[in-house]
Amino acid sequence: MERPVWAAPGIDISMPSVSRMHDFYLGGSHNFEVDREAARRVLALLPGLPKVMQANRAFMSRAVRYAAARGVTQFLDIGSGIPAFGGVHEVALKADPDSRVLCADRDPVAVAHGRAALGKGAAAAFIAADLRRPRQIIDSPEFAGLFDPDRPVALLLLSVLHFVEDADDPYGAVAELRDALAPGSLIVINHAAYDGVPVPEEQAARAVDVYREIRNPLIMRSQDHIARFFEGYEMVEPGLVSPPDWRPDAPAEQEDPYAFTGFAGVGRKA
Amino acid sequence: MTPSQIVHPAADPDGLEDRLRRFATIWSRAVFPVTATSLTRAEVEEHLLPLARMLSESLHARVFDPRAAQRIGAALVEAHCTDPEALSRTLGVVDAYLVLYCGLGPAQSTDPAAEDGRARCARLQHAVAAGFAGALRTRTLGEQEAIARSALQARSDAVSALHATETRLRAVFEGAAIGIGIADLDGNVLELNETLTRMFGGLEHHVRGKKVTDWAHPEDRPHVWQLHRELIRGEREHFRVEKPFFRNDGTVLWTNLTVSLLRDTEGRPQYQLVLLEDTTERRLLNLRLRYEATHDALTGLPNRTLFSERLEKAISGGENRRFGLCYLDLDGFKVINDSLGHATGDRLLVEVADRLQSCATAPGEMVARLGGDEFVALTTGPDTQHEVRELASRILGVLAAPIRVDGRELSVRGSIGIVEGPAGERTTAEVLRSADITMYRAKSAGGNRYEIADPELDARAITRHGLTTALPAALERGEFFIEYQPLVHMDDGSVHGAEALVRWHHPQHGVLGPDQFIPLAEHTGLIVPLGRWVLQEAVRQAMYWQENHADGGPLRINVNLSPTQLHHPGLVTDTVAVLEGSGLAPGALCLEVTESALIGADEQLLKPLRQLADMGVDIALDDFGTGYSNLANLRRLPVSVLKLDRSFTQGMQHLPVDPVDVKIVEGIVSLAHSLELAVTVEGVETGAQAEQLRELGCDTAQGWYYARPGPPDRLHALSLADAV
Repeated sequence: MERPVWAAPGIDISMPSVSRMHDFYLGGSHNFEVDREAARRVLALLPGLPKVMQANRAFMSRAVRYAAARGVTQFLDIGSGIPAFGGVHEVALKADPDSRVLCADRDPVAVAHGRAALGKGAAAAFIAADLRRPRQIIDSPEFAGLFDPDRPVALLLLSVLHFVEDADDPYGAVAELRDALAPGSLIVINHAAYDGVPVPEEQAARAVDVYREIRNPLIMRSQDHIARFFEGYEMVEPGLVSPPDWRPDAPAEQEDPYAFTGFAGVGRKA
Repeated sequence: MTPSQIVHPAADPDGLEDRLRRFATIWSRAVFPVTATSLTRAEVEEHLLPLARMLSESLHARVFDPRAAQRIGAALVEAHCTDPEALSRTLGVVDAYLVLYCGLGPAQSTDPAAEDGRARCARLQHAVAAGFAGALRTRTLGEQEAIARSALQARSDAVSALHATETRLRAVFEGAAIGIGIADLDGNVLELNETLTRMFGGLEHHVRGKKVTDWAHPEDRPHVWQLHRELIRGEREHFRVEKPFFRNDGTVLWTNLTVSLLRDTEGRPQYQLVLLEDTTERRLLNLRLRYEATHDALTGLPNRTLFSERLEKAISGGENRRFGLCYLDLDGFKVINDSLGHATGDRLLVEVADRLQSCATAPGEMVARLGGDEFVALTTGPDTQHEVRELASRILGVLAAPIRVDGRELSVRGSIGIVEGPAGERTTAEVLRSADITMYRAKSAGGNRYEIADPELDARAITRHGLTTALPAALERGEFFIEYQPLVHMDDGSVHGAEALVRWHHPQHGVLGPDQFIPLAEHTGLIVPLGRWVLQEAVRQAMYWQENHADGGPLRINVNLSPTQLHHPGLVTDTVAVLEGSGLAPGALCLEVTESALIGADEQLLKPLRQLADMGVDIALDDFGTGYSNLANLRRLPVSVLKLDRSFTQGMQHLPVDPVDVKIVEGIVSLAHSLELAVTVEGVETGAQAEQLRELGCDTAQGWYYARPGPPDRLHALSLADAV
């Protein structure tokens, strides 16, 4: 049955939320026991998972700074989750004080938290919207209010596409977003994959099972499949690589082995 | 190292800074793996360097205050080093390296000052731990509060959204133009809107006080409650029916009823949702429209539509059923209408309708007005053969008394055609046609009477009456076609040409010859377009023969012209256009005109024929010898061929031939030849006849002896045969 419009997902805090689990992996306390319980089950199978998160967040920082350095200072962050610290908003403002940031998430608790955290500044907004319905975002008054549609936008899809099942057509949704943005826009994606996980795939698959059990399936995709999200955009060097290998500030060898899990990349609209 | 150097460690700035840096490097390497920060290790090291300096300063402070080190613990939490392991590793690094890198140096390690330094270092660690714990506690509580507040906010947002939705839905519910009610599965009404109450007469308790199953009505369709039981059992999701209800005051409410099953989250049937659309007025309107569509507005009698339905039912009735029909047309009604006006005519019709109505009161009898002054009465009683005559007599009887309209006594009579017979043999159209024809028979016989249908008389009437009305459509539908009868040279028997003879392939009566419909076409004027079509077709065919089969010399084409065509001003133009359009030489065309059409013809009438003859078109005088021609007149006519009527040659079919006929034909041929006219004979049926006529000098002949009229390709075959 179709969920009634007013009953957004994630209101039921007796169910684990991936946003709050993510916060727990990163050592935060924006979570409830139900989230921690699920997160601990995952951590038992993938003890180094926080390092994956850390590497992904480091990738985000470098990508945001890369964008700002090229004059792209409008940031559309879909699937923001609970930005405990060092979030897109923080990094972007630090890179360029004139940055505009629009965050979107379908988890109403994350939205409420995000709004409280952002305050009432003119440069950032947080909306309740679903990546699977891109027009909700592009047509929102916040999008029109924050962004100049003729200027490029950095579209950030960080650790979010692997929570959209193929049945919900993530490729169609991303294509619609890509098409809506001005030339020069960037698309920044990181995505979970079995590639680079330093444990047997079977063990990683059991961690994936936990997400299915909490009704928030985690979709592991191959590099080829992840590359399709960039269709029509030119890949920025070095292409689609493991997160620490994307334009590292320091030699990547120093990283924890878990950090090399999954893929990250940036594409640019000609 | 002097005490002053302890107080002023910056006295050796280069060395200390370098050591602080190395301390920060070791520290960052220790904690980085257990942090969740997005900073790089180098950045973490930069972050820790000032903290290392603070530790060093506390270690060397003149007045030792370990609480300063609490800031270090708090700073770690701020830098997101919240993992307990980060504290553990920090304390380990401080314990092992602080005094080593920031102390007085290994040489003085046994000094009292060094002893003091280690004690200070230990107390600094206690303070770092306390600061870390305090900050982590504050942060944890803060974050827990923040997330709890966010969850509450989200829930409250959802509740407001739900409330807003409910308010909107409530507005829809109350403001809807359809009645909405919700009942439990036992039929107890739980919710209903204002509209539904109003539909039932405005008393809410009247609706609420009853169970859904109490709403039965005698006119319910039988399956309504069956559908309802299936829905309650969860076997169907919804159903839609037309259903009447009783209102408060006992009047009937007609509705389109939709009942839907509402299930709970587990899918079990929970409620029934009832949607009611009030169709009472629409239903009344429909009934009125139906009445208006089936009744005559002037007289209130059933109209043609309703009558056709009833007649249809009567004649498609079961075996052994019979019907009787009176078809009435008022005699002289047109005169009344024209002389006294339509208003008077209408009042007369209303009175006639009333009187007719009084004649057909038995069960199975009905009277209807078909239009104008045409009425019908139908009986389907047990003995229609007798009853229908009775009915007709009664009708003539009630019309006998004068009708008083606008102060005048009007005398009205009628003619009635009766059709009576068993059901299942004829269509309504056939029955009505037969009744119409029979009525005309009654009218021709003087009116004020009835006649009974007779199939033979019908058939004859059909060829006159029915065919006339069907003619125009027949030409449009292409029901006409042409047959060709060869004209043969008498001297050698070769084919000279053909006469075009038009036929009508009538959808009901089959193929009809020209004598059956040409007079009708003459009468209605349709002969002009029909004649033009025949000319066009025949000329086109002649041209085709010329182009494809000219082996035996060019074939000529004879086409008949009727008197009306002769008078038609477009004759010459049309003929010229047809010839030019096809490319046929005028000399290959012969137009046949009857002798009777030219009797007494003046120069005006002959002018078009003369024009055509001047162009080279042959003109034949058809049926010669039947019209008391003034033989002297022949010279004056633009004629080049005489077609001798078959009556002259009938006497030569068999031997011995009638000598008088021989003499006459001989005279005519001699006369014609002396006027330079060719002679064609018609109706040659035997070899003896042909031989005799050849001897008498006739030029060409046609008749069954040579060939019957047929399709154009037959003529071609004949022509080829004589060419061999």
